[in-house]
Amino acid sequence: MSQAKYVGQKVLRKEDPRLLTGKGAYVDDVHLPHTAHMALLRSPHAHARILRLDVSRARALEGVLDIVTGPDIRGKLGKIPSAVALPDLRVPDHYLLAIDRVRYVGEPVAAVVAENAYIARDALDLIEADYEPLPVVTDPEKALEPGSPVIHEQWDSNIAGTYKLESGDVKRAFREADRVVKIRLVNQRLSPAPLEGRAVQASYQQGEKLLTVWAATQGPHSQRARIARLLRIPEDRVRVITIDVGGSFGSKMNVFPEDGLAPFLAMRLGRPVKWIETRRESLLATFHGRGQINYAELALNRKGRILGLKCRSVADVGAYLQMLTALIPSTTVTMAVGCYKIPAVSMELTEVFTNKMSTDLYRGAGRPEATYILERAIDSAAAELGLDPAVVRSRNFPKPSEFPYTTPTGLVYDSGNYQRSLKKALALAGYQKLRERQKRMRKQGRLLGIGIASYVEMCSIGPASASPAGGGWESATVRVSPSCKVTVLTGSSPHGQGGETTFAQIAAEQLAVPYEDVTVLHGDTAAGPQGTGTFGSRTTAVGGAAVFMSAEKIKAKMQILAAHLLGVRPKNVVWRNGKLVSKTNPRKLKTFHEIVRAAYMGKNLPRGMEPGLDATSYFSPPNYTFPFGAHVCVVEIDTETGEVKFVKYVAVDDCGKVINPLLVEGQVQGGIAQGVGQALYEETVYDENGQLLTGSLMDYVMPKATQVPQYLCDRTVTPTDVNPLGAKGVGEAGIIGSTPAVVNAVVDALAPYGVRNLDMPLKPEKIWKILRSSRAGVAGC
Amino acid sequence: MKIPVEITVNGTRHCSEVEPRLLLVHYLRDVLDLTGTHVGCETGLCGACTVLLDGEAVKSCMMLAVQANGRAVETVEGLSVEGELDAVQRGFREEHGLQCGFCTPGMLMAAHDLLRRSPQPTTEEIQRAINGNLCRCTGYQTIVKAIQNAGKQMRAGKPSAASSRGRR
Repeated sequence: MSQAKYVGQKVLRKEDPRLLTGKGAYVDDVHLPHTAHMALLRSPHAHARILRLDVSRARALEGVLDIVTGPDIRGKLGKIPSAVALPDLRVPDHYLLAIDRVRYVGEPVAAVVAENAYIARDALDLIEADYEPLPVVTDPEKALEPGSPVIHEQWDSNIAGTYKLESGDVKRAFREADRVVKIRLVNQRLSPAPLEGRAVQASYQQGEKLLTVWAATQGPHSQRARIARLLRIPEDRVRVITIDVGGSFGSKMNVFPEDGLAPFLAMRLGRPVKWIETRRESLLATFHGRGQINYAELALNRKGRILGLKCRSVADVGAYLQMLTALIPSTTVTMAVGCYKIPAVSMELTEVFTNKMSTDLYRGAGRPEATYILERAIDSAAAELGLDPAVVRSRNFPKPSEFPYTTPTGLVYDSGNYQRSLKKALALAGYQKLRERQKRMRKQGRLLGIGIASYVEMCSIGPASASPAGGGWESATVRVSPSCKVTVLTGSSPHGQGGETTFAQIAAEQLAVPYEDVTVLHGDTAAGPQGTGTFGSRTTAVGGAAVFMSAEKIKAKMQILAAHLLGVRPKNVVWRNGKLVSKTNPRKLKTFHEIVRAAYMGKNLPRGMEPGLDATSYFSPPNYTFPFGAHVCVVEIDTETGEVKFVKYVAVDDCGKVINPLLVEGQVQGGIAQGVGQALYEETVYDENGQLLTGSLMDYVMPKATQVPQYLCDRTVTPTDVNPLGAKGVGEAGIIGSTPAVVNAVVDALAPYGVRNLDMPLKPEKIWKILRSSRAGVAGC
Repeated sequence: MKIPVEITVNGTRHCSEVEPRLLLVHYLRDVLDLTGTHVGCETGLCGACTVLLDGEAVKSCMMLAVQANGRAVETVEGLSVEGELDAVQRGFREEHGLQCGFCTPGMLMAAHDLLRRSPQPTTEEIQRAINGNLCRCTGYQTIVKAIQNAGKQMRAGKPSAASSRGRR
């Protein structure tokens, strides 16, 4: 790849023409004849016993085709699986429809199928349900108190699981510290809220005994296995098709009750059944992200060197465990030391059941929480020590020469230069001048705040050795057709990231064919090789590596074949401008077309060579990759309204080698906006009775175009040797960096008011109250 | 009870009988099979269902099909002519103004509405114009650039299909 034509270039996306003309194929766009529509009756109570469920009036409504309740499907369908991520994890039975007790508002109680979605919803109103309400607990810390209502009656408490990790001499670190900073940090619940909600459509071909499921998922093969297990049918009798997906952010890398119910009802009814989530359902019954309370203590010497970190965490997992619910908070533990050399660490995690929807993957998934703990604690420490927060960070980075760097939590960071990214971000922001400006403005009573966040994240999930279940690889088939066009078949499942484009770039580059000649097919278990899924910033680093490997195999075969056709040894043939040329006599050459033709004619092949020209590869990464970066956020607070206004936003991210700068920047910018959302606007709120108060987009506030900063994005490039592309992954970088950068900026702006810490989201009302109470002579916070 | 309606969509007149409660967006998607217009929230807050009604941007999940009787609707499917992207679509492509694409049809229609009213909008004007359209992927900056890019192309060149059909 000496003179890269496609890799590293701003190549326009293959996905765009269909999406821009309204010709995308999201699940709801697939119209099958005779499709029936499913709607779910959901519990209005956060905790209750179901006394009576009478569906007779609903069943009698014209156009209603079928209704099932929990007892109807018990024993016929499997339960929602959960990875046993903690040694002592308690996994409650999680049925697709509640049997006799409901434990969160929105829990599915009955499923109706009707001729259209309007009638299905009408029918829900005709189901008569009586409940006996039970005591509710929604606050995870209250749920741990003795005397709290117990959500799962078979256990004596609401503890779902625990995890402890201790490394180094923590006692000594805290004994010898000049300063110990204690801070309580709340990482509030968030709704992933992709613009397209969850969606599933199922059609059963009785003759072939084949169930086809159109699923809005991040991993069609994984979803196929889960659906087959729920339905208790062989996996090879299920085909999952996922063409376009309207965003996921983690929320579609899972299996939900509806994913089993729609196929079940389609098989039972003999007609296609479709379920399209409403927005209210998406906020209520798609799991949430984050939901952690962290009590962090940082031990430092007076120069700002970190000696040790202690953190006690309470994770609010909700009423049941989804697939990765228990795993996410433990990732926060694993990533505890972030991008800093911290010799002694003690992490103590308790996962707690509450009467709420489960938490699970949301962009970053455990890593933003870890970064938030460190970045907020460091800013707090810098303020207490009277040091510049940038200086404290710099003093604690591992040096570039120390990589691969083994953390006290047992990870091996592949490569990094954290100082370089911070330095670059500070320079781009004009940090020193900003501090001077801040001083001047403070004298005028204006509140300018500068927030820094350095981060490292764990991507390209993951090495097979890291999980008891193994896996973590991706595969790709690259096929050169007799007409010389190239098809890439992948089992990973990009859904907005632009994987069709990056995979085509990789294939076109390797095979020296025009980008336009490459077609990437994904999202069909009947077409592509086995895959895992698109999540954890792994698609390019793992799936892209598999494309690279397959292209290499094809090139190697073409080289042997060309040598045979030219009558020279394979080692004496080289690729030049897409042709294979004899080293000794450059006039002796074979064009791409000639070799492909020979491979398919099969008349003149070297001994033992099979005809055809395709290759399949599985790439199993030997380690995670660890992208990193530094963000600088500058805000000014309106002293009259408490509103946070962005002055500047600089992001310097290092995701290793870049395949497409346009797409990388898109990922970073979108991530920053979501982090801004968490920092300033978003919060999934339940009242004490377990009623969701943020059940519409009026109440759950996602950032709008006027509410985001202008991003200045730049990069450093520190390649990795974990995969042949040198790429690390970038999907979650933005959100990991931006949440603490924004909060640090706001807290910094409010420093004159004595503010050291604030809980997100930093809505104007919260800030206005501080400004107001301060004016009345009360120190803020 | 069904009610007869006559609605012109992307220049073609359609006569149908619809339930009074049928939303305009469902009429477009399920009756006419024009699935480019998306449903994102059903409460008029996300803007994914934005279409032009007699040349002005409306949220088609907040209207009944019967309310569009006798009127002209433009959807994303009407933007490109003979497979060629129009200026706004090109702007979005060139500036990477879309990722998952779900909000995109609504964004494109909102952009058309703006550019028709204000051919050379400022950044702030664009941000305000798309404030009723949520995007969860891009962080908006590339969308703003896309609309600026489209404005430039439109001022320099040929009118788009939607604008030439224009207001009735």
